[in-house]
Formats: sequence, structure tokens, C-alpha cells
Amino acid sequence: MRDVDVLLPIAVAIPLLTVGAVLALRRHPNARETASVLGGLALAATVLALWPSAGEDLRFELWSWLPGLSLEFALEPLGLLFATVAAVLWPVTTVYAAGYLRAEGEHGQTRFFAFFALTIAAAMWIALSANLITLFIGYEIMTLATWPLVTHTGGPNARRGGRTYLAVLLTTSIGLLLPAIVWTWLLAGSTDFRPGGLLAGQAGTGVLTVLFALYLFGIGKAALMPVHRWLPAAMVAPTPVSALLHAVAVVKAGVFTVLKVTVSVFGLDTLTETGAAAPMTWVAAFTLLAAAVVAMRSDNLKRRLAYSTVSQLAYIVLAATLARDVAVAGGALHLVTHAFGKITLFLCAGAIAVTAHRTRVSELDGLGRAMPWTFAAFLVASVSIIGLPPLGGTWSKWLLLLGAAEADQVVALVVLLVGSLLALAYLLPIPGRAFFRPPLEPVGHGEARPALVAPLILTAIGCVALFFAADAVLAPLAGTLELP
Amino acid sequence: MTAHLPALQVLVPLGCAPLCLLLRRFRTVTWLVFLLAALSSLACAVLLATRVDDGPLHYEMGGWPAPYGIEFVVAGFNTPVLLVVSVVAVVAAVYARRSVGDEVDDRRAPLVYTCLCLTLTGLLGLTVTGDVFNAFVFLEISSLSTYALIAMGRRRRALLASFRYLVIGTVGATFVLIGIGFAYAVTGTLNMADLADRLTDLDGNRALYAAVVFVFVGLAVKMAVFPLHAWLPAAYGEAPSAVSTFLAAASTKVAIYVFCRFAFTVFGAGLVFTTMPVGEVGLLLAALAMLVGSAAACFQRDLKYLLAWSSVAQIGYIVAGISLATAAGVSAGYLHVINHAVIKGALFGAAGLLVLRLGSARLDDLAGLGRRMPWTFAAIVVTGLGLVGVPPTAGFASKWALVSALLDAGAWPVLVAVLASSLLALVYVGRIVEAAWFRDPPADLPADQPRAPVSMVAAVWALVLLSVYFGIDASLPGGLADAAAAALLGTGGA
Repeated sequence: MRDVDVLLPIAVAIPLLTVGAVLALRRHPNARETASVLGGLALAATVLALWPSAGEDLRFELWSWLPGLSLEFALEPLGLLFATVAAVLWPVTTVYAAGYLRAEGEHGQTRFFAFFALTIAAAMWIALSANLITLFIGYEIMTLATWPLVTHTGGPNARRGGRTYLAVLLTTSIGLLLPAIVWTWLLAGSTDFRPGGLLAGQAGTGVLTVLFALYLFGIGKAALMPVHRWLPAAMVAPTPVSALLHAVAVVKAGVFTVLKVTVSVFGLDTLTETGAAAPMTWVAAFTLLAAAVVAMRSDNLKRRLAYSTVSQLAYIVLAATLARDVAVAGGALHLVTHAFGKITLFLCAGAIAVTAHRTRVSELDGLGRAMPWTFAAFLVASVSIIGLPPLGGTWSKWLLLLGAAEADQVVALVVLLVGSLLALAYLLPIPGRAFFRPPLEPVGHGEARPALVAPLILTAIGCVALFFAADAVLAPLAGTLELP
Repeated sequence: MTAHLPALQVLVPLGCAPLCLLLRRFRTVTWLVFLLAALSSLACAVLLATRVDDGPLHYEMGGWPAPYGIEFVVAGFNTPVLLVVSVVAVVAAVYARRSVGDEVDDRRAPLVYTCLCLTLTGLLGLTVTGDVFNAFVFLEISSLSTYALIAMGRRRRALLASFRYLVIGTVGATFVLIGIGFAYAVTGTLNMADLADRLTDLDGNRALYAAVVFVFVGLAVKMAVFPLHAWLPAAYGEAPSAVSTFLAAASTKVAIYVFCRFAFTVFGAGLVFTTMPVGEVGLLLAALAMLVGSAAACFQRDLKYLLAWSSVAQIGYIVAGISLATAAGVSAGYLHVINHAVIKGALFGAAGLLVLRLGSARLDDLAGLGRRMPWTFAAIVVTGLGLVGVPPTAGFASKWALVSALLDAGAWPVLVAVLASSLLALVYVGRIVEAAWFRDPPADLPADQPRAPVSMVAAVWALVLLSVYFGIDASLPGGLADAAAAALLGTGGA
């Protein structure tokens, strides 16, 4: 074992230690939040330190879980991307959450930050897991760790939303994902992720098709219709949690798992030869368009953003079902660009809710003058998600289109384009109203407090930076995927 | 001394029982005697478990050689059960001091410890014995003392629950005896290994088939296999909390072990699972048990009854694994025997803490208590997740093993029942959580309730932590379960 291998468990341990620190400092709110932010920075540093070793096949075995099955970490490019997104956005969200919760005077802030850190630990666990069993454990821990966050406010709405959240995520994971994993284990005799696919040559087309569908619906966190219901239900959570769910950890864990399973369990070549992923292309395409239409028709800002997430996640799942190197690279890049875009949008929505007490799109008229930074950031992030230059989303959508073209999937190509047009239609009117419509009533407030605005400006800058840094982000993937 | 370990395993608790009765004036001393009995059986079980790697241990009672005298056998297939029973006994003993003191009349408390010693004797004896008639005797020792224990519950309904179990349980025990009688009639021997030898010559003997049916139906009552589970919910629901903690964790598990012992090492898997459709019937009943038990648990208003119905479903998981009669299936069944004992013991213990503090375990009375009793409810949530089977709890390890065994055997309908039952478990565990955290506490809640005693909380949390440990590192119970399956299936009559 090399010294650098130890970085893998350390990346999981840092957020866990932060949980302990948060609990220990429960009587000192300022120290508690400082600990959270420091933990976040330490984690970001650790994960960035992994970048030079991206191609070196780092491994760390924890222990043998059952005879013949061990819990193990390994570093590979997709996981590195996901880990980086989560690690970099965690401290940003923490600063924001501290500002948000204090502005709202929320109860149970210690519990909030403890479970927040626990969720990040689960995200690291998932990103670095070397086999399906390790990944599944992290996946379920994440579901459980986010539930207290979703139901944080504690009222009847929170209870209802929490019920849907847990019911959908656990039903899919226990009912579909677990059998899929066990089946894979029985077919291949192992649950290890392998380049080229664990199941390559182990099963016929029929079995692979069923198994692929089990995985894609079983990974409820990827929010493919009809298992997307938990995502809008989770909107009852405080906004920083929504940002965490949508951008940092939960849905990203879902699509990351989809990509990982596609590449390292099925193998792109196997999927291309057997066409086992083809039926799911249609499900993803339907989700992409249907969710976009729902988003367009939602007046509630957070609900609109939630359905926008469902639609954007379907881009990534669609990329996986195309089973082409370029498409998967596009999906991976979209995981990153969408994270930065969507977190900015949610941070803006939260800043608007706290400062202006508005939650509906139709109430935002004329707020742009009072909150210029917030709405400018909103505009930047919207354009990135739509996929226009000069913002990060451009490249991910470009690679996705290339992938669809390479797979000769004209329908997928059209769906991708229409989806972007719909995104244009549901996102841009928001800053448009804020900047160009006259206010409904005199605006009695200014910009949101600095702890809220600073993070969202940072992430908006991130959206711009990704346009120029896309090559660097994709560089680790070049080792495993063929890129143009 | 160490050569006599198999006998000491049973004799120490047996000797402690009359001691408790003699010392009944000194309540604390009787408790201490039971604690010592439990500790000594744990010590014996651990020592025995370390010795069976080299092969099974045979002990001849009174020096009479095997087919004539009574033989005790300790092998891979019963060490996990010995460990489970004695660990749970120790935890229940620590827990019992305050719990029994609170729930049972002072004059009767020594009787509780006497009966607990006897139950422990019966369960351990049933596990180590290598003689079928001796097994019946121990079965009756454990059953009779259990009836008495249940009757000592704090409500009058406990008497009814006890009487009901007495009737059903006696029918079950009689069936076992009739079955043993038939087997004796056709073979002329009562020693398990000897029976197994002689039965191989008796292909197609009707009396033998009758023996198998009688023994298994009788054991099914003791295992509480659906639809013979009717005694269980009231028995566990009404018994004193310390008693339900011990019984829920240990008693049905031992009956399950005896089922395995008879099926694989006495009658033989060929007769039981190939010639006779015990496997198919078992799978069907197991699937029904999972669905009915979990569904019924969703509608219970009392936490102890809810947990008891959940036990009916969880026993279904174990029976499903064993009914597959494959190495993976039997191993999964054993793994769940271990994990479920730990989980259910902790849950009934936590329910007892609520009874101590609130005087009731009705779900309506739990409203809003999550914040007031964080440790108790955290224990319920963690182990409740174990019932659902989500990682990182012990229940997940069992579920993994069971799902893979079922998939491997192609038992799809049962697999669906397992998954559906897990989701129903989510519903009933969710009801507890919502009652505790999402409902407002009643306005007239007295502010100065008794604090939960440290000994009880510690006992419950010992099991909770064990269940989490078995979830994140299942290699210890998994290894024991694999060894048990190998001993049952591989070597035949040990």
C-alpha cells in the first residue's frame, strides 16, 4: 500500500470527524460553523490532492464485510469528478446555510449541520467505492442521513414530504437496486467495478436488458420518471438542503451511480453490442421532456427548479443509455456543470425567499433592481444550464449531442435540443421578470445579506470558469474513455 | 473440568433455579443468581465455540455410551445458537433488575428469576442435546417456565395470553412427542445420530412420514410459523418487558434450530426436502408469514404488539432461508437468527424502557417523546432500520444473504414477498418515528417522570451497538452461519 492510498479513507473520515466536531461544539454556534467550514476546506484540499493520482489506481481495503465480500475504496476518474464537486461545494453551501438558518432563526441547527456533514461523508463513500456493495451501503446511508434534513422544519408538510422522500427512495433501492446488485453478484461472482464492465460476456441480451432497467429505476436518486416524485416532495426542506440535494450530493450520487454502473458494471461495448440500454433511452427522453414541461407550468420557484433538475438529470441518464464514450464524457461533465448551475439557482431562490419573502415566479417582478447580484447570478446559472456560451453547460451539451449523433440516435438528438429550448423557456423568464418588469409593489429591501450573496456569486463564477476549464475537468477521464 | 463443558452449559442454570427459590427472601440475591447463571452459560458457550473447529464434541451423560445413554453434541450447527441464547440471557439479566422490580410484584420477583433460570436451562438443553426424547424434555422445561413467566405480566390480560399459549404450546409439544414416538417405534432408538443411521434403511415407511409431519408441525407451533403463530403476539405483548426481551430474542430461535437439527441431521435432507415437500410448504408459509406479519404490524396500536407481529414476519425470513435447503439458504437463515435476536432483543428492551417511564407502550402515548427520551428512541430507530434491512444495520447483512440465496435458487415469488415485507417494515417503523417526533406531546405530561435506569439503557444499547457492528462488519456472524450450514449439510449426522 502506498502512502497516497490513505487519502481515500481520509476523504471519508474528514466529514465524519466534522460530524463529531459539530456535535461537540453544539453550545457554541460560531465555533460550530467554523468547524464545518474548516472541515469542508480540508476535504476540498484532500480531494484536490487526489487529482495528480487520477490514473494511478489507488485502492484501500477497509475490511471484509461478509465472507467473500469486502468493503473497499478505489479511485477512478468518474468518482474523482463527483467527489470534487461535492467537496468543493460543501464549504460554500455551509457558509450559505449558516447565513440562511440564522436569518430564519431555525431550530435544531446543530442537528442540521451534523446530518449535513454526514451526507457529505456518504457522498465521499459513494464516490470512492470500489464495488457495488460498498456503493450501496453509502447510497442508503445518504438516504437516511438526508431525511432529517428534508423534514427539518417538522410541520405536517415536512412530515408528508419526508414520507414521500423516504418511501420512494427506499422502495426503489430495496425493491429494485438491491436485487439488481445481488443478481449481478450471482452472475459475475463479484461486485467489483471493472474497466470494460463486470458483466461483459456473463449474461445474454434479455437478462442484461432487464438488469439495466432494474438498475436505472432502482437508482431512485437519479429521478427517472416515474420514480422522480421524491424530488419535488423534498422541496419542503430549507433551501440550503435543496441545494445540497440537487447539486452537491443526492441527485449527483444518483446520476454518478448510473454512469458508474453503465461504464464499470455493464461496459459500454457490451451495451452497444447487445442494445440492452436502448429501451431505457426512451424512458430518459420522456422524462427529459415531460419534466421540462412541468417545470414550465410551475409558478412556485422551488418546484420549477426541482422539475428542471429532473429534466437535467435525464440528460445524464440519456447519455448513459447511449453507451458511447463521448456521451458518457458529456454526462460526466454535465454532472459537474449542472451542479454549479443548479446550486447557484437554489442559493438565489433561498436568498430571495429570506430577503424578499417571495416564493412564486409571478411575484418576482421588478426585484432585479433591489437584488442585482442575486439575479445576475441567477441569469448566469440559467444560461449555463441551458447550455449557451460562454458558460460551462455549453460543453457538456455539446458532447451529449456528439454522442447522440455518433450513436445515430436522431430522436435523442432532437430531444436534447428541444429540452434545451424548454429550459430556455422555463428559466430565462425569471431573471427577465425581475429585471424588466415594473415592481408589483414598492420594494422595501435591498440585496440579501453577505453570507447569502457571497456563496452564490462564487458558484456563478464557477459556472463561467467551467467554460474555460472543461478540458482540465475531462482530463482524468481521457484515460478510460475515448474523447474527441 | 473443560471436558464437562457441554454438561455445565445446562446444569449450572438448572441448579440455579431451585437456588433462586430457596433464597426468595432476598430479592437482589435471586437476581444475582440468575445473572451468574447467564454469565456462566455465556462463558461455557464461548469456550465451546472456540473448541468445535476441530470437529464436533460428544459428551456422554453419566458415562453411558451413546446410543443407550443420553448424549450431548456440540458442533458448528449449535454453537451460534448457544452464543445467541447466552448473550441475550446476560443482557436480559442486566436489564431485568430494574425492569422486573418495576413491573412485577415484589413477592413474585424471585419467581421470575427462578423461571428465567429454568427457561434458560430448557433452551440451552434443547440446543446441546443429541437425544430426541431428551429434546422433548427440555422443550417442556422451557415451555412450562415460559407460560409461568408470561402470566406474570403487569396486566390481567397476561393471564389470558399465558393460557392461550399454554393450550397451543401443549398441543405443539404433544405433536413433537407423538412424532418422536413414531420414530422410536420404527427404529428403536432415541439417539439422533443413531436414528439418522437407521432411518436410511426405512425408505417409504408411512410411520416415518407421520413422524416427520408430527415433529415439524409441533415445532412450527414453537417457532411461531404462520399460521401457527397465534399465541405469539399476545404472549410477547403481555409478558414483563425483561421476559419479552429474552423470549423474543431467544425462544423461537432455538425452536428453529431444533427444526434444522431434525430436518438435516435426523430425518435427513433427502427425506425431508426431496421425498416430502417440506421445503415447498416452508417457502409458502414463510412468504405468507412475511406479508401477514408485516401488514398486521402496521395496524398495531401498542408498540410491544407491533414488535411481536414483526417477529412473525422476521421468522418468515429465517424459515424461507432454511426451506431452500441450500448452503446459502441455511446460512442466511442462521445469519438472521443471530441478527434478529440482537435486533428484537434491543427493540423489546427499548419498549420496556417506555413502559417503565410511561406505564404503557401505546403508540398514542409516545407522541412527541422523541426529544425527551433521545437515547431510547435513537435505539428504536437504529434497530428499527435493522428490521427494514437498510445498511449499515445488521438486518441488511441478513437481507443480502437471503436475497442472494433466494435468487440463486430461483425462488422469485418468495423474493418479492421478502422485498414487500421490508417495505411494510418501513411503514411500521415509520409510524413509531412519526409518533415520537412529529406529533405534539400531550399537554398534561408530568414533568418529573422517573429517569430511565442506566442499567436498562446500557443493556439495550449494548444490543444496539452489536447490531450496528454486525451491519458494518458481518464477517463474525456470517462466518458462524456459514460454519453452521456446512455442519448441517456437509457432514450429515454429526
